[in-house]
Amino acid sequence: MSPTNYLLLSGLLFTVGAIGVLVRRNAIVVFMCIELMLNAVNLSLVTFARINGQLDGQVMAFFVMVVAAAEVVVGLAIIMSIFRTRRSSSVDDANLLKY
Amino acid sequence: MTAPPEVLPAGGAASAAWLLFAIPALSAVVLFLAGKRANAWGHWLGVGSVLASFALGVVIFVQTLGVAPEQRTTEVSLYSWIASGTLDVDFGLRIDPLSLTFVLLITGVGSLIHIYSVGYMAPHEGAEPSSDSSRRRFFAQLNLFVAAMLVLVLGNNFVLLYLGWEGVGLASYLLIGFYQDRPSAATAAKKAFLMNRVGDVGLALAIFLLWLELGTLQYTEVFARIGELGGGTILAITLLLLLGACGKSGQFPLQAWLPDAMEGPTPVSALIHAATMVTAGVYLIARTNPIYDLSATGRVVVALIGVVTLLIGAIIGCAYDDIKKVLAYSTVSQIGYMILAVGLGPAGYALGIFHLLTHGFFKAGLFLGAGSVMHAMNDDVNMRHFGGLGRRMPITFVTFGLGYLALIGFPFLSGYFSKDAIIEAAFGQEGWQGWVYGGAATLAAGLTAFYMTRLMIMTFFGEERWQKLTAPNGEHYHPHESPPVMTGPMILLAIGSVFAGFVLSAVGLNQWLAPSLGELEESTHGVLPHALVPWLVLAFSALGVLVAYLVVGRRPTPVERPEPVSLPVRAARRDLYANAVNESVIERPGIWLTRALVFLDNRGVDGLVNGLAAGLGGGSARLRRLQTGFVRSYALSMLGGSVFVVAALLAVRFA
Repeated sequence: MSPTNYLLLSGLLFTVGAIGVLVRRNAIVVFMCIELMLNAVNLSLVTFARINGQLDGQVMAFFVMVVAAAEVVVGLAIIMSIFRTRRSSSVDDANLLKY
Repeated sequence: MTAPPEVLPAGGAASAAWLLFAIPALSAVVLFLAGKRANAWGHWLGVGSVLASFALGVVIFVQTLGVAPEQRTTEVSLYSWIASGTLDVDFGLRIDPLSLTFVLLITGVGSLIHIYSVGYMAPHEGAEPSSDSSRRRFFAQLNLFVAAMLVLVLGNNFVLLYLGWEGVGLASYLLIGFYQDRPSAATAAKKAFLMNRVGDVGLALAIFLLWLELGTLQYTEVFARIGELGGGTILAITLLLLLGACGKSGQFPLQAWLPDAMEGPTPVSALIHAATMVTAGVYLIARTNPIYDLSATGRVVVALIGVVTLLIGAIIGCAYDDIKKVLAYSTVSQIGYMILAVGLGPAGYALGIFHLLTHGFFKAGLFLGAGSVMHAMNDDVNMRHFGGLGRRMPITFVTFGLGYLALIGFPFLSGYFSKDAIIEAAFGQEGWQGWVYGGAATLAAGLTAFYMTRLMIMTFFGEERWQKLTAPNGEHYHPHESPPVMTGPMILLAIGSVFAGFVLSAVGLNQWLAPSLGELEESTHGVLPHALVPWLVLAFSALGVLVAYLVVGRRPTPVERPEPVSLPVRAARRDLYANAVNESVIERPGIWLTRALVFLDNRGVDGLVNGLAAGLGGGSARLRRLQTGFVRSYALSMLGGSVFVVAALLAVRFA
């Protein structure tokens, strides 16, 4: 099977994730879309590792997963605390930090 | 020309000559700093310090008289004042006949005017004497003036002369503006200061030029080496010195400040703006006579300035109703005579100083008399409100009358000797100069007789017009004779006015001044014979008196100024348009220039800076709106940015 298909899938996932981040208001969904983008990149990293016959990309994918896990911990905690104070998980409601 | 006398070190009392100006200076400092504690006795300290100076001056004078004429020029160096590279100026004093003459005039007349001021500046009746600090302030400033004037005439170099020159300018400024609550006094003080500054620039440039060319500023060395310079340089120096003299002495074209200076208290007008400071220009030219000896063109300019000024002063003096301004223009005119005299060169230096001395007596006496009249008339100065005062104030009338006779050159009074001598010397010139100088001086003598007679008639004779009037403060006039502390100095000055001319010419003032000014040259081939001139002057003066009697004395004087009047009178009432010319030629362009510069500064320079700041601020205010607070729009801009960067990379890569 041609690695190009994996790259196409990766691009597709990334696009879905990016559009999700831009158009969705629910913080949890935005968060999930970010994960989708990360994993799309992971997929492309692994694919390139395969194409080039090196392990660098695969190692990088592991790193990304570790960092993403840590990020989830922090991110979900922030979303939880915002939800508790505002009774809302819409990212558009949390817009105090502006001009 | 005789060789300049040898300069000897001063000995005896002359070595203490620094005390002459140190005593009044110290007194001024005490009066300035002592505050209200000195209110009660400050004026007597001021009088005492000048009297002490006068006594010391007399001692030095007597000592100098005791030695041979060629040993009378002495110098004493007090300390090294400025030592900077090749510029080395000592604080040195020159005690010679010329400076001693001035010392005696300044401290002598100064003492009398100080005594007079004790009465004139006394707090008004009912006021607590110790609560009034204005008299103490007045004496402090008057002492400061005396000290500065003595520095001016005693210095043995141009820098010290300049120090005194500026010192008297400062004192004059302070005293003209003495009545600080009057806007007119403040304006007059500023005007005097600014117009003096024009002259001072000329003096400063002359000093710079001397330093540049000769590398020294000591009188002795400058005068010894002045012959090394080229004719053009000497002419430039003489003209710049003349500019300085014009500023200080109220000579054309810088005469307009002197009449306005009458805003000051009357003793100030008598001492500073009649007897001493305004004659500093005459002193300057007489002192630098070795320079003027070398430049005939420079002397002609000096004499012409004198001629123009003496005519201007005499003409304007005929039209004013303000008693002090008439006297002020009379002063302008008389100093014009002195400048004319020193402009005649070796034939006139001593005559200029002679007239300066006699003028110091009678003009100071006239001003003190005018002050006495004002004192009696609620500080009114308009002669149209006076009339018949001779019966009410006999002492003032007699002393003023003697000063008047001396000024118009009544035979054998002091003005007769000094002014006629100048006019004779003027006619003693050859060619057109003799006719122009002599003719103008004779004509002005007639005008002098006219305006002074007019002043006398309007003030002391005729109907008592003040009976029907009320003073500006609403009271009725109650003319009364002034207290003895004021009439005493007036009597002494009147005696001086009568006898000074005779005494000074009898004892040989010209020979006395010869070591400083050179021998007086008698002209032998003038345009008019010598014997004729006094009769001519006398005829003109008599004509002036007669015309004044016919025009003013025979008719009742209207209380209101008659309008309209003929063109010459209108011009004279407006100072022959001197102020108008100054305003249109100098003041208005200056104002326009300032406004243009202010506009350029506000709109141009400030506009650039402020515009930049406003542009940045406005741009930032708009740019700020990008921070919406919506995370998703930030994400969009990040995405857009990333896409742009990637696109740019790809474009570069595959281009």
